[in-house]
Amino acid sequence: MSMLNMKTRQISYVEAIREALEQMMQHDESVIVIGEGVPDPKAIFNSTLGLQEKFGKDRVFDMPLSENGITGACIGAAISGMRPVMIHQRIDFALLSLDQIINNAAKWHYMFNGKSKVPLVIRMIIGRGWGQGPQHSQSLQALFSLVPGLKVVMPTTAYDAKGMMVAAIKDNNPVIFLEHRWLHPIVDEVPESMYELPLNKAKIIFEGSDITVAAFSYMTFEALIAVRALHSIMGISVELIDMRSVRPLDSQMVIDSVKKTGRLIVADTAYKTGSIAAELVSQVVERAFKSLKVAPFRICSPDFPTPTAPSMTEYYYPNAVTIADAVLRLLGKDVFAKDCQKLLKALGPKGPHDMPNKDFGGPF
Amino acid sequence: MNQHLVYQLQYSMLRIRSIEESLAKRYAEQEMRCPMHLCIGQEAIAVGVAEALLVSDKMYSNHRAHGHYLAKGGSLNAMVAELYGRASGCCGGRGGSMHMIDLDVGFMGATPIVGGTVPLAVGSAWASKLQKKTDITVIFFGDGCFEEGVVHESLNFAALHHLPILFVCENNDFSVYTRRNERQPDRPIHQIAAAHGIKSAHGDGNDVELVFSLATKAIKDLRMGNGPWFLEFSTYRWREHCGPDYDDHLQYRNLDEIDRGRASCPIQQFEKKSLSSGLLSRSDIENMKKDISIEVEKSFAFALADRKPTLDDAKPYVYA
Repeated sequence: MSMLNMKTRQISYVEAIREALEQMMQHDESVIVIGEGVPDPKAIFNSTLGLQEKFGKDRVFDMPLSENGITGACIGAAISGMRPVMIHQRIDFALLSLDQIINNAAKWHYMFNGKSKVPLVIRMIIGRGWGQGPQHSQSLQALFSLVPGLKVVMPTTAYDAKGMMVAAIKDNNPVIFLEHRWLHPIVDEVPESMYELPLNKAKIIFEGSDITVAAFSYMTFEALIAVRALHSIMGISVELIDMRSVRPLDSQMVIDSVKKTGRLIVADTAYKTGSIAAELVSQVVERAFKSLKVAPFRICSPDFPTPTAPSMTEYYYPNAVTIADAVLRLLGKDVFAKDCQKLLKALGPKGPHDMPNKDFGGPF
Repeated sequence: MNQHLVYQLQYSMLRIRSIEESLAKRYAEQEMRCPMHLCIGQEAIAVGVAEALLVSDKMYSNHRAHGHYLAKGGSLNAMVAELYGRASGCCGGRGGSMHMIDLDVGFMGATPIVGGTVPLAVGSAWASKLQKKTDITVIFFGDGCFEEGVVHESLNFAALHHLPILFVCENNDFSVYTRRNERQPDRPIHQIAAAHGIKSAHGDGNDVELVFSLATKAIKDLRMGNGPWFLEFSTYRWREHCGPDYDDHLQYRNLDEIDRGRASCPIQQFEKKSLSSGLLSRSDIENMKKDISIEVEKSFAFALADRKPTLDDAKPYVYA
C-alpha cells in the first residue's frame, strides 16, 4: 500500500478507537478488554463491536457493576503481565474507582521503587447533550491530572485517537484515555496500518500569528470552526493548538506560540475553577509573562453542574461563537462593529443546541 | 505431620515473633520513623498458609504484613532496612512498614488502604488463569476489611471466573479499638463468602496445624481449577493496633479477655504439642532461638549501616 492510500481513508473517531483495540489485541495477546457492556449489542457506542467474536471470551469481557473492584483486578492483572483496557461508558462511573486509580494504579510503580509496573488503559467517555445532566456529562481531566503516576490524554481527531490508543496500550503506565462523546462520529483520515503517536505532545492544527488558542478535546472542534471563519471572513490569523494530552501537559508548545502571538485563550471542556486551563495559563504566565500583550483568557463551562432540561442547557456550553467573541475582544476589536456581528452570526449553531453540531463532520 | 514440617512451622513462627519483638524494643529509639502494625499473637495464620504454598505462588497483604512477608520468604534485611528508611529497603525507603514487597519470592505487595490489595490479588489470579499458569494467589485481610465494598466486588468477580485465589480473613475481632459487634451484625464472615458461591471454611487461627491443613486442602483444590476458596481464622491481637506497645490501660478490652487471648499463643501451643509428641526437642527450640537471634541482630546491623536515601532518590519511578 502506498503512503498516499494510507492517508486517504476516512473513518470516524469511534471506528478508529475500535481499530486500535483490534490491532493491538492482534499484535499482543496480553491485551484484554473489559467494561460494562463491552460485548453487548451496543458495544460501547460500537467501539468494541465484534471484538469478543474475534478474540473470544478469555480476552474480551463484560463486567459486574463493580467499578472499584474491577479496576483493582485490572491493576493486579497488569502487575502480573497483562495489558488491560478498561472502559467506562461515562466518566462519572469511574468515580467509583478513584481509590484504585489514585492509591494503587498511580503509585504502585513509585511506592515499590520501580519494582512493578501497571500498564493499564482506562477509557472514560465524557457525555454531553440530550439531557445527560449533572452525573453523565462531567469533564474531569483536571481531577486525574492532579495525580503523579497517571498519564491523561484526550485526543480530538480520529487520527490521533487511533495512534494515541495504540501508544496508551503499549505504555507501561496507567493511562486515563478521555473521549468526548460528541467527537465519536467525526471522521478523519486514518491509516489502516497500526501506528503510534506520542502521549505528551500538543499539535498545531492551524498556524497563525495574531493570537493563540489552546484547546482541549471537543473544544478544539468548536475552536476550529471559529478559527476558520475568523480567517476567511475577517482575515484574523489564529494559531490553534490541540493540546491532546493533559498530563503531561505540553505547555512548551503553547509558550512557543505565545512568544509569537502575545495573546492566549485556553478553551477547556471542564468547569473553570481548578481546571487544566488554569494550570496552562499559570505555566504560560510564569514562564512567558513578558511575551503577553494582554491577560490570558479562559473559556470553560460555568462553575455549576450541567442541568438536564434543554431550556437550561442552551447557554451552558461555550461554543465557536464564545471563542470567536473572545478572540475579537483580546485583539481589541469592537465586537459590536458590523463585520464582527456578521461573523458571530455566521457561526451561530444551526440545529438543536443539545445535539452535535452538524456544520462540520471532519476531516480535520 | 512430619518432623521437617513441624520444625518449619515452629521455626517460622518463632522467627516472626522474635523479629517483631526486636522491632518493638528498638522502636522507641526513633530511628524507625513509620507507623508499624505488629502481628504478635497472630503468627500461625501467616505461617500455616505460607508453608502450604510454592515459591511461585503469589501473595498480597495489608498494613499488618510483616508475618506474611517473612513467612513467604521475604528478605529480612530488606524489610528491616525499609523500616529504618534506608536505601536497601524493599521500597528504597519510600514505603516503610506498611509497604512490603519481595517479587523474588512472590510477595507482590502490601499496602495500608484497607481493602486496597484485595482486588489486586484477584487480578493476579485472573492473570494466572488467562496466562494458563498453575500458580495461585493468596490475599490476607482482617475482619474490618471484610466491611469494605471492594471485598465483596472481589469475591463476586473471583467466583464468577473461578479464579485460583485463596482469601484469608484474619479475624481478630478488632478494627483499631472497635469491636466487631459494633461494626457487623451477628453472622459468620465465612458464610457471607459462601453466599458468594465460594468454598469456605473457618477455624482456630492460633492452631498452626489446623491452618496448615485447611490451607493445604484449599490450595490443592485451587490448583485443580476449582477456585476460589475462602478461609476465616479467629485470632487475637496482643498489642496496640499501631505501634510497639501494649494498650491494656485503655481498657477497651477487659483483662480476662486479654489473658485468654495470650493463653492461646500459637507458638507455645504448638511447642507444647510438638515436644510431647517428640517431633521437637528442647534443644531444637533452643537452637532455633539462637539462630534466629543471630540473624535478627545481623539484619539490624545491616539496616543501621545502610545509606539514608536523599530527596534525589525520591524522584525516579513516577513513571515506568
